[in-house]
Amino acid sequence: MRRTLVVIVLLALAAAPALLSPWGLSQLTFVAIYIVAGTGLMLLAGHAGQLSLCHAAFIGVGAYVEAILHARGWPLPVSLLSATILASVTGIVAAWPARKLSGIYLAIATLSFGFIVQEIFMRWESVTGGNAGLAVANLDAGRFYWLALAASLGALWLLGRLLAGRLGRAFIALREDMTAATAIGIAVPRVKVTAFALAAAFGGLAGALYAHQLRFVSPEQFDWVMSIELLMMLVIGGLGTRAGIVIGAVFLIVLPQAIALLRDGLGWVTPPAGIELFAFGFALVLTLRYAPAGLAGWLGKSASL
Amino acid sequence: MDTTLTLAIAGIATGCVYALVALGFVLIWKATQVVNFAQGELMMLGGFAGLGLVTIGWPWPLALAGAALAGALFGLLAERVVLRPLLGQPHIPIVMTTLGLGFMLKGAVTMIPGAGAETHALPTPFAGQSIAFAGATAAADHFLVIGVTLLLGAALFGFFRLAPLGRALRATAQNPRGAQLVGIPLARMQGTIWALAAGLAAIAGMLLAPLTFVHAHMGLIGLKALPAAVIGGFGSIPGALAGGLLLGLVEAFAGFYAPEGVKDIAAHVLVLAVLLLRPAGLFGRPQENT
Repeated sequence: MRRTLVVIVLLALAAAPALLSPWGLSQLTFVAIYIVAGTGLMLLAGHAGQLSLCHAAFIGVGAYVEAILHARGWPLPVSLLSATILASVTGIVAAWPARKLSGIYLAIATLSFGFIVQEIFMRWESVTGGNAGLAVANLDAGRFYWLALAASLGALWLLGRLLAGRLGRAFIALREDMTAATAIGIAVPRVKVTAFALAAAFGGLAGALYAHQLRFVSPEQFDWVMSIELLMMLVIGGLGTRAGIVIGAVFLIVLPQAIALLRDGLGWVTPPAGIELFAFGFALVLTLRYAPAGLAGWLGKSASL
Repeated sequence: MDTTLTLAIAGIATGCVYALVALGFVLIWKATQVVNFAQGELMMLGGFAGLGLVTIGWPWPLALAGAALAGALFGLLAERVVLRPLLGQPHIPIVMTTLGLGFMLKGAVTMIPGAGAETHALPTPFAGQSIAFAGATAAADHFLVIGVTLLLGAALFGFFRLAPLGRALRATAQNPRGAQLVGIPLARMQGTIWALAAGLAAIAGMLLAPLTFVHAHMGLIGLKALPAAVIGGFGSIPGALAGGLLLGLVEAFAGFYAPEGVKDIAAHVLVLAVLLLRPAGLFGRPQENT
């Protein structure tokens, strides 16, 4: 049943460039990019249980590195790899104050780290272009779709492999009981730093793709709202599951379109500003109240009934 | 000298607003072990409530009281409807719920036709006046903010020390199970603390208005007040006040003497330094930091 579903989805994704309009394809590419970013955050928040509120900083570093290196004519594989590695280094820096903190103190430390990184994007004008941002050359949309798709499938596969291994079990031990994890010989601070480094690497790759997709990077894209939205996306999708990442990413992209449809249906001329924010918050509160395992858990339960 | 004093007064005034919002964070944290990320949005809501009351002709002091009451009622409602059902869950879902609540509030206020997306002035009775003070001049509004905060601080101190309800709240914060055993209704205490924190936030919103105007994004201040609370030592009421004042002063001086941008991230650099060097905060006791 599950295998059949995966095969159908893969076939649909393979046929997508032929079936979808350029706009539809770009939306699908966004979903793929959010899956890459979400995979990193899922690893950190969902599996290792570390509430990180600075994922946008890692995405931002990846996006800026890609924008700058691509403009200098670096070949794409090299620049993508550089973006991933530099974002990962940023993750290690973020983890340094975080490695001894947990729970809400960790959340606050990462929140502040994100604000500082965003301020650096704004003020380091000689490199980042400051508030004016940087333009990024566009890639061929058809080929870019395949790249983003490959990245998202690769990220999901890698997460599965990782969780099946020793490190993945250490992450879960960290989430379930830090004291017990220490007692059975897990080097908690080191595992935490590793989780941050890996999460940031996924974030950086997503950011590099995001830069090409939007063809523009500027500091306000990578604000704390982006970090929160990614977390919300994972919670709505289902924390701790790979299906949750995919469902959450689809939800994040579909929600604004659904609101646009609703607007046409209700005959609003212009939607009131803020309705997306409201709807997103509302969806989150409802999910946590009535389907704490997220849409993935809820769908899974309905399917088995 | 004149500049120093003027900056210090302005810094203390801003710091008072941070302190009031930080106090809300700490009250809810102490009583329920929840960090309410919607605290900044509750402040924004108070700013808009006050704006509405002043617009329909209420005098400023009455509007302040009205906004505080409206804020408190909303806090009571939010605790009952949104948070109480999640009681006893791990911290990630609860923190995420307060973030969702914050998004909803900001979205809802932005949707108010003709007002939500705008920036409004909400002048106090002393708008535009200044006071000469020990050789420096400072805006009368700054003294108003400081005065109201001092009064509130004294009232809260008295409430927590003397009033039976205040003492019950302190008992709940210290040991929820013990409090329940001696007959304190826990659920009602949580509602009360949310009402108190939201009322304080609403007052902070009205006090912030003369300094930064009223707009849907003013809740961002909450994300500076939260680090301020941690700097002082999360879980300590005097710590929250001290952290807020310290942050206000640092920002005022950094805004004048330091390069552009330093002011905006001062809160975040300070809180990271405190978490690295003295994780219990400047005034907290180490064992509180778990």
